[in-house]
Amino acid sequence: VKAAHLLALAAVLALAASDARAQKAKPPVAPAPAKSPAVAEAPALVYAGATVHLGTGEVLNDVTVVVAEGKIVAVGKSVAAPAGAQTLNAKGMVITPGLVDALTSVGLVEVDLEEETHDDRQGGADALRAGFRAADGYNPASIVIGVTRAEGLTSVGVIPRGGLISGQSAWADLDGATAAEALAAPLLALHVHLDADGQGGHATALLRVREAFDDARTFQRNRAAWERNQSRRFAPSRLDLEALAGALDGKLPVVFHVDRAADILSALALARDLKLRPVVAGGAEAWKVAKELAAAKVPVIVYPLEQVSTFDAIGAREDNAAKLFAAGVAVGISTGETHNARKLRQVAGNAVRSGLPHDAAVAAITRVPAEALGMGARYGTLAAGKVANLVVWSGDPLEISTRVVELVIRGRRVSLRNRQTALFEKYRTLTH
Amino acid sequence: MPRFLRIAGPALALALGCAGTAPPAAAPGPQAPRPILPPPPWQLRGSVAEGWEAKPPSSPPVVIHGATLMLGTGRTIERGTIILDKGKIAVVAEGDLPTPTGSIVVDGTGKFVTPGLIDTHSHMGVYPMINTTGSEDGNEASSPTTPDAQTADAFWPQDPTIERAVAGGVTTVQVLPGSANLIGGRAITLKLRPEASAREMHVPGAPDGLKMACGENPKRVYGKGRHSAPMTRMGNLAGQRAAFLKAKKLREQWSRWTDEESRRIEADSKKRATYEAKHDERARRDTYCRENGEPDPCEAWRRQWHDQPLDDPPTSQPIATPDRDPGTETLAAAIEGRVLVHVHCYRADDMMTMLALADEMGFRVRSFHHALEAYKIRDVLAARQIAVSTWADWWGFKMEGFDGIPENAAMVSASNGRTIIHSDSEEGVQRLNQEASKAMASGRRAGIDVSEDEALRWVTINPAWALGIDHRVGSLEPGKDADVVLWSKDPFSVYAVAEKVWIDGAILYERGKPHWSDFELGQEPPPALPVPSRGGPFDDVKAPVLLPRPGGAP
Repeated sequence: VKAAHLLALAAVLALAASDARAQKAKPPVAPAPAKSPAVAEAPALVYAGATVHLGTGEVLNDVTVVVAEGKIVAVGKSVAAPAGAQTLNAKGMVITPGLVDALTSVGLVEVDLEEETHDDRQGGADALRAGFRAADGYNPASIVIGVTRAEGLTSVGVIPRGGLISGQSAWADLDGATAAEALAAPLLALHVHLDADGQGGHATALLRVREAFDDARTFQRNRAAWERNQSRRFAPSRLDLEALAGALDGKLPVVFHVDRAADILSALALARDLKLRPVVAGGAEAWKVAKELAAAKVPVIVYPLEQVSTFDAIGAREDNAAKLFAAGVAVGISTGETHNARKLRQVAGNAVRSGLPHDAAVAAITRVPAEALGMGARYGTLAAGKVANLVVWSGDPLEISTRVVELVIRGRRVSLRNRQTALFEKYRTLTH
Repeated sequence: MPRFLRIAGPALALALGCAGTAPPAAAPGPQAPRPILPPPPWQLRGSVAEGWEAKPPSSPPVVIHGATLMLGTGRTIERGTIILDKGKIAVVAEGDLPTPTGSIVVDGTGKFVTPGLIDTHSHMGVYPMINTTGSEDGNEASSPTTPDAQTADAFWPQDPTIERAVAGGVTTVQVLPGSANLIGGRAITLKLRPEASAREMHVPGAPDGLKMACGENPKRVYGKGRHSAPMTRMGNLAGQRAAFLKAKKLREQWSRWTDEESRRIEADSKKRATYEAKHDERARRDTYCRENGEPDPCEAWRRQWHDQPLDDPPTSQPIATPDRDPGTETLAAAIEGRVLVHVHCYRADDMMTMLALADEMGFRVRSFHHALEAYKIRDVLAARQIAVSTWADWWGFKMEGFDGIPENAAMVSASNGRTIIHSDSEEGVQRLNQEASKAMASGRRAGIDVSEDEALRWVTINPAWALGIDHRVGSLEPGKDADVVLWSKDPFSVYAVAEKVWIDGAILYERGKPHWSDFELGQEPPPALPVPSRGGPFDDVKAPVLLPRPGGAP
C-alpha cells in the first residue's frame, strides 16, 4: 500500500515536471517493487536533453526521461537522475513511447506460407471461434520479434485470423522469455469480421454475428438453465459463448474488421444494440462515415497503405486517416502485417504525407491503439507510472533515414540484434 | 518453255558485229549471289508490340528552373534548369537559362527533379489493383511452361494501379507474368500513358522480357496443388531444361533449314546459270553462223543443238520452314539475347542452379528478381553482370524468403553489383522512392556507404539497363526521353510527393488532378441537383448532345 501510494505521488510529481511550463522538478521517488527478475536487475535509465513526443500529441524540447524499475518515473526539464542510473546524453535525439502495432500476428506465425508455423487461427470449418485465444499460441522465441523490435516497436496486438469471429487477441510486449511474461494482456479484444470474405456475404456475416452475440446474452442471463440443458440450442459452442459473453457490456473491446462504409454503420448499430465497446479495424471507407464514428466515439485503426483492392474497399484513399482525424475520430495506425510490422513508422509517415498532422501520426502508433484496446492506463504515452516502453531515435521517428538508437522495454534496454543482423554479420565479407 | 533459237534478236546480232572468223570467247558471267532467306520468326521483331506504339502527345517546351536536379548519372545540380522539348530532354544545366518563347515555365525552387522512376517488376494490368476473379490474368497456370503467353495480350489499361504509379513518380514498368510457372511467358515494357492497349504504351525499341521462376511457387501450384510436375526443385529444373532443349532444337532446325534451303536455291541457280551459259553460247554461235554464211562447223553445231535441245531447268520445291511454335521461338530469342531473361529467384543456391542451366543452355540471365539472398553470392552476380531486382525489406512470407535482410540492396551495390529496387506490388510501385530510401538507410545503418545518387540509380538507370532501354530513359541527359518527375522535396523523404510527372515531354500527372482510369469513374454519388426556382422551368436541364455516328449516318 505504501509503495503504491509513493508511486502515485511520483506520478503526480513527474506529470507536473513533464509540463513544459514547470521550471522546477522534484526528484523521483522510488516506484513500486519490480514484478519480474529482469526488471529488478535493470538499472535506472536517464535520457537527457531529448525532444520528447509524449504520445498525447504534445512534444517537449530538451527534456529528460527517467526510467526505473520498469516504469517511467519522470519526464521533465530538470529532473534529477536516481543514484546509480545509466545516463545517455540524448541531445538532438527524439524520444517517443514504444511503437504499437495493434493488428499483427507477431509471435503467431513464423513463415507465412508454411502452414505448420501458424498459430494464428482456430482450425476447422466453424466460423464462430470467439473462444480461440491468440495468447495460447504466442511464441516469445519467434524470430519475428527481434526483427520487429529493431524498428522501434515495443508492443503489438497479437490477433487471431479467419472465420467470422476469429477469437481473442493479446497484447504482447516484445520482450520476455515466456508468453506469460511477454503478454501484458492475454485477453485483449474480440475480433469480428463483417467483411465476410468467403463467408457468404455481408448480410450473412451480420446475421450470424448478431445471432452469436444474442445467444451469448441469453447464455449469460441464465447460465444455470444452460448448464441444466434447459436452454434453446445456441449457435456458438460453450467456449465461444463464454468468450462472447465476456465482451458484452463493454467488458472487452470488440474489434470489427470492416472496410465498406455501409458495413461500418452496421457494426456501429450492432455495437449500440449489444452494448459493445467497438473498435473499427481497417475501415477503408471509414472517412465516408467519419461523422458517425466521431459521434459514437469509436476509434478506428486504419491501414494507411490500403488500396482499392476489393469492392468493399473501393473508396480506399490515402487521406483516410487525415479525414478521420479532422472529423474528431481517434485514429490509430497499423501495418496489418506480421513480418513487416516493422514498417509501422513508414506507414505512419505516409499518413502524414497525406495530410495527417505529425503529432497525430505519432499518437496513432502509440497512445491511440493502447487506449482503443483498453491498455491506455499502462501504455501509449510517456507519463510517470506508465510501463517504460520507449524508443530513442536519431531524428524524426517517421522519417526513413532515422534510426533507432535505444530501445527500452519495461525499463530494460533491449538489444537491436536479431537473426537478420546475424546474417548480415556473417556475410559482411564473403569467404567462398 | 521457249526453246533455244527463238530468242536471238537483232540487238544481239548488232552487238556481236562481224568481227573475226572464230567465235569470240564468252565473257565470264557474274557470280550468283548467296540467297537471302527470311530469318527465323523470333528475329523479326524485338517485341510483340513493335509497330503498334502510339505517338506521345505533343507539348510546348517545358522549362523547370530553380530545382535540385538529381541526374542519376552520379551528378546532382543544386540549382539548375532542365528543358524538355519535342519529347526529349533538351538541356540540363546549372543555374538559370533564358526561357524559349512559348514554353511552359515551372518554378522548381526548393524542389527536386529526378528521372521518371522505372519498375522492373510489375503485374499491373494483369493482376489489377481491384482483385477480382474476372480480371486475374497474370498466371497462365494451365501448364508449368508457357513461354507462348504474353502479358501484352492481357493487359488492362484501366487498372487503377497505373495512374497511382505515375502519381508516385513511376513512368516506365515491365509487366511480367506471375511466377506460378517455370517459364511464365513474355513480359512487356511500357510507358505509363493512358492508351487503349498495352501495345500502344510500349517503349519503342524495348525488347520483351522472358519471365522464369525458381523455387517454391511452381512447386506449390503444380506439385502440391495438383500433384503434377514440378513437385520439387528437381522438377523445376527438369521442366526448364526440357523447354530450352526444345528451343535449342528449334534453332538447329532453323539453322539446318537455312543451310538446306540455301543449298537448294544455290543448286537451282547453279543449274540455271549453266543453262543460261549454254543458251548464251549457242545464241552467240548462232549469230556468228548467220552473219558469216554458215561456215564450218556451223552445220555440226546445228545438228548438235537439234539433237540436244536446251530445256529450261526445273525449279526444285522449296523446303518447308520448321513449324511455328511461338513459345519455343521466344526461348530461342532468349538464347540469342533478343528477349531478356528475368528470373524470379530467392535463394542463393537457386540462383546458382539457374546459372548452371543458363550456361548449359546458352542463355544469359539479365536479372534475378526478388533475389533475397543475392548478398550471399553478390560477387558472382557482379562478375556476371547480372542485375539484382529486390525489395527494401520484404522477408519471411515463405521459406525461400526467410533469409532476407534489409542490407541486401546496399551489399550488392557496394560489391559493384547492379542493384534495382522493384515493387511487385500495386502499393509498392507508388512508393519506389521510399523503398529505395529504406534500402539506402539500412545500408548506411550497417556501415555501408550509399550515396543518394547510387540509391536513385536503383530505381532509374539500373532498371533501365535491366530492361534494355538505358540508352533512352533512366537519367536526366540531353537526348533522352523527357520522362521527368518534380518532387515536393528530397524524394528520399517519406513526406515527399510527386507534384508533376512528364512522360515524353508532355505533362501526364499533376497532384490533385482527377484519376484517368475508367474503373474509378462514377464511384462517388453525383452532386445534388440544384433546387429549381418555384414554379419555374427546369432551367438546368439541357437537351442531350448526341455524338454524330461515324460515317455521318444519323
